[in-house]
Amino acid sequence: MIPELGHFALIVALLLAVVQGTLPFVGAQTGNASLMAVARPAALGQLAFIGLAFASLAYSFLTNDFSVKNVASNSFSQLPPVYRLTATWGSHEGSMLLWCLMLAGWTAALTVLSRPLPAEIRARTLGVLGLVSVGFLAFVVATSNPFERLLPVPADGRDLNPLLQDAGMVLHPPMLYMGYVGFSVAFAFALAALLGDQLDAAWARWARPWTTLAWVFLTLGIALGSWWAYRELGWGGWWFWDPTENASLMPWLAGTALLHSLAVTERRGQFRTWTLFLSIAAFALSLLGTFLIRSGVLSSVHAFANDPARGLFILGLLAVVIGGSLLLYAWRFPRSGTPAAFGWVSRESLLLANNALLAAALATVMLGTLYPLFLDALGFGKVSVGPPYFDAVLVPLFAPLLFLVALGPLTPWGQGSVADLALRTRWAFAGALVLAVAVPFTQGGIRPLAALGVFLATWILLGGGVGLAAARRRSGGSLGSLPRGFWGMQVAHAGLAVVVLGITLVSNYQSERDVRMNVGDHVDLAGHRIVFKGATGRAGPNYVADRATMEVTAPDGRSFTLYPEKRKYNATGVGMTEAALRTGVLGDLYVSLGEHLGGQAWSVRVYHKPFVGWLWAGGALMALGGLLAASDRRYRRAAATEGPA
Amino acid sequence: MRGLAGGLIALALLGQGTAAMEARPNADDPALEQRLLALAADLRCVVCQNESLAESRAPLAKDLRQEVRELMRKGRTDREVVEYLTTRYGDFVLYRPPFKPVTYLLWTGPALFLVVGAIVWFLTIRRRQRRAAADRVLDDDGGTQTPLS
Amino acid sequence: MKRWLPFAVFAVLLGFLFVGLWLDPREVPSPFIGKPAPAFSLPVLERPGQTFSPDQARGRPWLLNVWAPWCRTCRKEHPFLMQLAASGVRLYGLNWQDQAREAADLLAEIGNPYVLNAVDHDGRAGIDWGVTGVPETFLIDADGIIRAKHSGPLSERVWNRKFAPLLQGKGS
Repeated sequence: MIPELGHFALIVALLLAVVQGTLPFVGAQTGNASLMAVARPAALGQLAFIGLAFASLAYSFLTNDFSVKNVASNSFSQLPPVYRLTATWGSHEGSMLLWCLMLAGWTAALTVLSRPLPAEIRARTLGVLGLVSVGFLAFVVATSNPFERLLPVPADGRDLNPLLQDAGMVLHPPMLYMGYVGFSVAFAFALAALLGDQLDAAWARWARPWTTLAWVFLTLGIALGSWWAYRELGWGGWWFWDPTENASLMPWLAGTALLHSLAVTERRGQFRTWTLFLSIAAFALSLLGTFLIRSGVLSSVHAFANDPARGLFILGLLAVVIGGSLLLYAWRFPRSGTPAAFGWVSRESLLLANNALLAAALATVMLGTLYPLFLDALGFGKVSVGPPYFDAVLVPLFAPLLFLVALGPLTPWGQGSVADLALRTRWAFAGALVLAVAVPFTQGGIRPLAALGVFLATWILLGGGVGLAAARRRSGGSLGSLPRGFWGMQVAHAGLAVVVLGITLVSNYQSERDVRMNVGDHVDLAGHRIVFKGATGRAGPNYVADRATMEVTAPDGRSFTLYPEKRKYNATGVGMTEAALRTGVLGDLYVSLGEHLGGQAWSVRVYHKPFVGWLWAGGALMALGGLLAASDRRYRRAAATEGPA
Repeated sequence: MRGLAGGLIALALLGQGTAAMEARPNADDPALEQRLLALAADLRCVVCQNESLAESRAPLAKDLRQEVRELMRKGRTDREVVEYLTTRYGDFVLYRPPFKPVTYLLWTGPALFLVVGAIVWFLTIRRRQRRAAADRVLDDDGGTQTPLS
Repeated sequence: MKRWLPFAVFAVLLGFLFVGLWLDPREVPSPFIGKPAPAFSLPVLERPGQTFSPDQARGRPWLLNVWAPWCRTCRKEHPFLMQLAASGVRLYGLNWQDQAREAADLLAEIGNPYVLNAVDHDGRAGIDWGVTGVPETFLIDADGIIRAKHSGPLSERVWNRKFAPLLQGKGS
């Protein structure tokens, strides 16, 4: 009953989406206020019904209703309740339903919070979102129905993939989808502006906080994915340039460029074409990512089972949404107004360089990800493009970008000067140079790439300090009166520097030992002594495990115990190694249990990952910066003012 | 009873001071193993869904690692090992794509994007400055122009 | 002009993605097509004491079918292999990674379509031929050059599409 209710709710939502995607456009075109006003109840109704559908799927999971095919394929009676809930979005069908729910959520939020907007803009924006929703709901209803029944009802389910039974799984997909879907708001604003031919900078001001928020979620989603991979995959890796990972990085790069471009459009009324294009691109790349993962076109650890019918449908959706919006962009390409000039050294010029570099990086990631497909389609055979390629080609692109990050905030709008910049940053530059040599030295030896990474990261941090000091002086000594937008930028850039530092240090200075241990044996790594105390059997909720006890003595004399496990899941017999981690500010100790070598002897891998936590701490900082920026007072003011701020 | 015996034996061993041995490396030749893993990290497991030869737990991956180990033991260079694998599995097995005519675009692409980006940046700024200077000439009532530097 | 660039790029991309839906990114093409069959000398399952090497099969086109008793998909193609053998196709088997030595018993039970089976216990010969799994089938011509490789079970459709045209071109 409940699943059928959910199915029915989805269909109702689809109908509401059709209404939302058509009537408001007509209203905006003809000036009919009541038609335009239809958008609001339609959007809210959609949220209610999709929420109902999602709740019924979650209910089926929580109550172990194995007559629902999705539940039988992805759950298990012994699965702990929290994972039964997350299994709701652990499959293709469930995750698409989550996507629809989030789209409805963002739309409803926009409906409620966009009162100050002119009616036509509001109607068109909500109309665009309605059309996108139609596409996705139709996709779910037609090809990916999560409420399909399974008869005869199996006695038990096939269990959730053990890799997904982790805290990271709880948050990673929802955060990621909040980001992907959130970019649809910027997309909708851009299309509404193009459709209504209202290309003054006002739409940029409205779109900016929404875009920032979407970016925050996407940043968190990517960071969580990386963190989850690090904990779960058993060998301490955190980024593999897998097509799925690239599929999330591409919209992030576009989104970052978009954020910065929006700043210029809002503040100076410039870069409208860039901002419009990036608004379309960020969402387009989110859609492209969805396609790549679910169509079977690329080979990835992460890929859902592919089905050509689904692939075709999403491709069609891509063609209509992206093709349509790019056509609209070309047709209504803004040609009015004189583009203002700015100096070779100015904030506009640096932000333009920022856009160009991010676009080049984005194009590179796309090239590497899709190249195997290009060659295969043209009949030139098969190649693989993996981490060695991406690591090699992206450093020359990101290095100049990171260098400019420190300079951008210090450069005035319109016209700056190199001499002035050099003067103000001379100590920051010197300090970064010193640290670039000192830090690698303390870690175990100076390496060129390590020095480069440390230089760029500390350069950004010290440059940020210069900017902070200058802002404080300008505001008469009070830091508290500085706007949140400024703090957001400071914190986000600092977060970026922290990420770079983490990546640089862990990549260059990690170490590992791969040993066989008997009870009482010890292994030394990075000043830690790890003693194997033995392994015992243990039963978990839905698995049996061998759990090893490792006593560790850290270089500072403190000791702690780690319990790496080797698990075997009851439902499927699938084995998994659950590494034991000790997280610290200066690095992680990571112990992974390998094969049982007979008797009480085990194969054990021990890793030392210096500063790896800074990767995700930096990501969290970047997200915090975004939140600060998005909550700037000028967005929270109720009344709207016409024209650019 | 067994516990008591075990405890006595443990005490006896402790007394002999044979506890706390340094764990032996899993590999017979750790230096070779490191070389193997470094090379295998850049090679693709051909039966997996995108995993490297170093991390994959698939049986064929284990066999291939063993092959590579023996080739290295026999004194083959990294290049020869790679050639051994590409002869059998094609370029698909390389995560670092070779620099061949089919991959010229792949390897030069990023540099091209950078150059194009730089050109766009340069031309955009120059175009705007020129147009602004031209506008100023048009607006000018005959006084001196201030060129934008 | 530049306003149309994004759309144009996207249209091209869309074309590739469309084609991509029909490709299999995991299929590993064989680098041996058009090259001589790698040599090996392995014991023959059906005649203990004898060995088989690909040179011995020269003179007429032949198939090498890589299979294993533990491979369920191989069972699916087995009836078709029996058909092929009955119609005169020279089918040789490579018994791959059969640690439990169950091949002989299995063939006795379900029927033996092979002229003979070369036994590759440790998988070395398999690696030399670029085998990535079972079942796989190679077509070798009369001069010992590999002409085609198929990963996955053989069926009437695959046979007609991949192998039959090549055999017709040379008269088998």
